[in-house]
Amino acid sequence: MLHKIRERVTPTDLIMWLIGTCLLFLMIWGSIATIKGGTYSIHHWFDFVIFGLAQGSIYALIAMGYTMVYGVLRMINFAHSEVFMSGPYTAYYFAAAFYSSGLLDRQPILCLMIIFLVAMSTSSGIAFLLERVAYRPLRTAPRLIPLITAIGASFFLQYVFRGLFGSGFQAYPVVKILEGEWRFGEFRLLKFQVIVILAAALLLAALYSFIQRTKVGKAIRAVSEDKETAYLMGIDVDRMISTTFVIGGLAAGAAGVLYALMFKQVHFFMGFIPGIKAFTAAVLGGIGNIPGAMLGGIFLGLIESIGPSLFLDGLGIIAPYQLKDAIAFTMLVLVLIFRPTGILGERLAVKKA
Amino acid sequence: MKRISILLLILGILGSFILADAQQQAKPTAFKYEDPIGVVKIKKGDPIHIACWFVIAGPDASLGIDTKRGVEIAVDDKGGKLLGHPIKLSFQDSGCNAEGGQAAATKLAADPTIVAAIGSNCSSEAKPGVPILWKAGIPTVSPSNTAPYLTDPNRGPEYDGYLRTCHNDKVQGAVAAQFAWTQLKVKKAATIHDGSVYAEQLAKVFAETFKKLGGTITAQEAVAPTDTDMRPVLTKIATGKPEFIYYPIFIAAGGHITRQAKEIKGLEKVALMGADGIFSPDFYKAAGEAAIGMYHSSPDFSAFAEGYKSFLEKHQKKYGEKPLAPFHAHAYDAAMMVFAAIEKVAKRAPDGTLYIGRKALRDALYATKNFKGLTGTLSCDKYGDCADPKIAVYKTTAENVKNLVMPDKPFWKPY
Repeated sequence: MLHKIRERVTPTDLIMWLIGTCLLFLMIWGSIATIKGGTYSIHHWFDFVIFGLAQGSIYALIAMGYTMVYGVLRMINFAHSEVFMSGPYTAYYFAAAFYSSGLLDRQPILCLMIIFLVAMSTSSGIAFLLERVAYRPLRTAPRLIPLITAIGASFFLQYVFRGLFGSGFQAYPVVKILEGEWRFGEFRLLKFQVIVILAAALLLAALYSFIQRTKVGKAIRAVSEDKETAYLMGIDVDRMISTTFVIGGLAAGAAGVLYALMFKQVHFFMGFIPGIKAFTAAVLGGIGNIPGAMLGGIFLGLIESIGPSLFLDGLGIIAPYQLKDAIAFTMLVLVLIFRPTGILGERLAVKKA
Repeated sequence: MKRISILLLILGILGSFILADAQQQAKPTAFKYEDPIGVVKIKKGDPIHIACWFVIAGPDASLGIDTKRGVEIAVDDKGGKLLGHPIKLSFQDSGCNAEGGQAAATKLAADPTIVAAIGSNCSSEAKPGVPILWKAGIPTVSPSNTAPYLTDPNRGPEYDGYLRTCHNDKVQGAVAAQFAWTQLKVKKAATIHDGSVYAEQLAKVFAETFKKLGGTITAQEAVAPTDTDMRPVLTKIATGKPEFIYYPIFIAAGGHITRQAKEIKGLEKVALMGADGIFSPDFYKAAGEAAIGMYHSSPDFSAFAEGYKSFLEKHQKKYGEKPLAPFHAHAYDAAMMVFAAIEKVAKRAPDGTLYIGRKALRDALYATKNFKGLTGTLSCDKYGDCADPKIAVYKTTAENVKNLVMPDKPFWKPY
């Protein structure tokens, strides 16, 4: 018995677990100290959770694209952050036109729908072309090559947008109906955060049921299980891969508009940080796994929002919000130490890895 | 075959040595101009190369473009010529971060034709960049680095080639604290910086002065310049119930804080104040209507010298708009200071070649006294602080935000 365990657990594993346990202990220590300190009331924590949910649901939407592409192609589509950027950047010109003509104030719902439509179709169009031009010719190449192409495509798209629209940022117009807040006694919700969370939840549910319920979704899942067998079963593999990219692009475009409505700035480099975060979220949830990506995104958003106050305040660290990203990535390390496949990741057998 | 090629290679190397030696011997001995660091030789008709390292791309480009225009107008005012040589300007983007500053400085240092540099814009660029330039013997005059560290007595000899025409933030931070204490009569304030040299030191000076005046600092927070969601950090700040938030940071993050602060419970009535880094129409674009009523500390344009008016006219004529940030006049002065110093030290050889000693140029820049510039009378101290600092506080109105122009009348002056 002991012999068996010794065979499976290497010294590296032990050291990693030790580090993990130390970090976990520090986090718990910090949390207890913060809560005992009593700086934050229940309303503050509530606010933190809502902020985290809003940010996290955007990460979740972007992470969908990463995880689905990984599922079918076993590659990280690093250009996905530019797919995310392209939608809201293009839609900005519509938004600005609606704003200056006054239509945005008179018909806000219609305008928002057009903005979403433009952003989502641009993003999915770019994702489709990306797969067609940059990835499909390299389908049979070793796995490192599409990865490098992805990085190249990412730079190409960034600088095309920079060349087309300039290197400064553009300010998204304010949509009046999304401003303000709802109050429930002492608790309050900012309107657009509720909208962002609801819209993201709706989209995530729609995507999930599309993958799980429809025939196309089933075919995509079959391709991600095993390309050859799927092909033998009469599934058009190329088309399913294209569809995957288009769906990822749709989610990214919608996430982009939500992001732009929340932060009201777009520029050519805006995809980089959310892209990295969403990729982290996808790994956190178990890459290749769709509910995992959603969960990972929301988890990451919550950690970024709550983490610095909860873990670091009690430890007496000054200016903890500077360490927001450090906390997010520490959480990634922690999760990967204890669950190398991510929160919901399945144990990958030889055939997939 | 291989042997022959190796033989040829060796012969070639030897040959080049002999040639180089011969060239050195052919040098005219009649004219002598020596400098401990090096001499820039400019042949007859060749341009005098001045390099600028500014933020000319990205979200903070308005700062770089503003200073770039100041330098260009200075060159125009000189008629594009210095000592009979045309002035060549080159621009290098420095990105408003340490990496960008380092990259730009490394590029400039590799070019031996550069006589002097103007820049950088952001203090975080100057910190790694200036030592690289000075190692190559290039002195640099900054129009907009305001961090105290750069002209601190303890800064080290690698910053010997550094001067600036803008104020030191020891002045600016103190003005902001005095304004909050005496004019707004607030007792509790919070600061936010973004980890940049500029913001961190400015926030520190503000906090120190404010505490000395008797106020309480409830939080000294920090964000990353790429952060977008400021609500959590603002919520944390709100727990200290400040009446005033000072965030001397840059445009992208500054815009997010301004927009999001009023959404936070407990911060609805808080007074917001930024510094000269976000005193720009681009900031109004980023912050939108949330910027109405906020304060900025910035150089006092109304105290500038007579020539400033005609400068503005030239600016309007050349670029068709008002200045984009507060440092165009400082850039103009920096360029003029560099030109004056070159005129002072340059020597012409009999064959018409112009010799400029690098150490001599640096010393001439440091020796600048009572130099009449647009921003006032510049006199450099032994650490390179040349400014005649007049800092005022401005208040943003709805009109400013609507038309995307900065307020031109100070709201309050400490003098």
